[in-house]
Amino acid sequence: MVLVFFTYFALVSIAAGVLTVALKHPVHCGLALLTLLLHVSGLFILLNAEFLWAVQLIVYAGAILVLYLFVLMLLNLKTDDRYFHSTYLYFLPPAAIGSLYVLILLFRSPFAGAKGDAPTVAVLQDGDTYAVGLKMFSDYLLQFEIVGVFLLGAVIGAIVLAKTPKPITDKRAR
Amino acid sequence: MVPLSAYVAVSAVLFITGLLGVLIRRNFIIVLMSVEIMLNAANINLVAFSYYLESMAGQLVALFVIAIAAGEAAIGLAIIIVVFRGKISTNVDEMNLLKW
Repeated sequence: MVLVFFTYFALVSIAAGVLTVALKHPVHCGLALLTLLLHVSGLFILLNAEFLWAVQLIVYAGAILVLYLFVLMLLNLKTDDRYFHSTYLYFLPPAAIGSLYVLILLFRSPFAGAKGDAPTVAVLQDGDTYAVGLKMFSDYLLQFEIVGVFLLGAVIGAIVLAKTPKPITDKRAR
Repeated sequence: MVPLSAYVAVSAVLFITGLLGVLIRRNFIIVLMSVEIMLNAANINLVAFSYYLESMAGQLVALFVIAIAAGEAAIGLAIIIVVFRGKISTNVDEMNLLKW
């Protein structure tokens, strides 16, 4: 059953990713990106990461994507006839060969490693959110604060950048 | 039981798709969307390893990646608005003001 769901989520997210890159109209690309984000959140559910599922839905699909669509519709872009680079055909064969090679390498790798301190049974006992919160506010408190300051800086930077600048010629006129 | 390599393979394919999008698309907004695809691929990787290696650290880093992605989207779109106000274009080839 998990295999069926995994196949569905994986195939649809890859297809949506390809559509995001390949579609012509920017708004269609945004909607394909929305499909990708929703199906990646499905993959998170399969991996017992319910908290990240909720964050993915609220922050990515809810906030970031709305920001993208808002800017797209604010700018009211006209679609170019040539929406790819003129040299994009040169990129495709190396990309295909490189990705095949990477895939072959990945399926041969064992990926064994030292196990951590959060086995699935322990996580499922109190829920994923509990485990994430416990870890975040004990071992990762400094990083959490840094991310908070970073987001504040990003908000201030975005406002300063997007503000209408004062016309420079005013001073000379006075 | 889905093997870990399957998740890593999905993540690799998505990452390469996003990288290709950054390289070949000419619209700046689509380039930013491709960056989001790459960040999502990294997130799949982090969460899959967090599940299979039984550690919570991967999910936390994925959470921070989502926060960074939010900041990146806000700043990138603000830059797009500034450039669009001046030049009426979102084509990455025509933004060469800082090019040496």
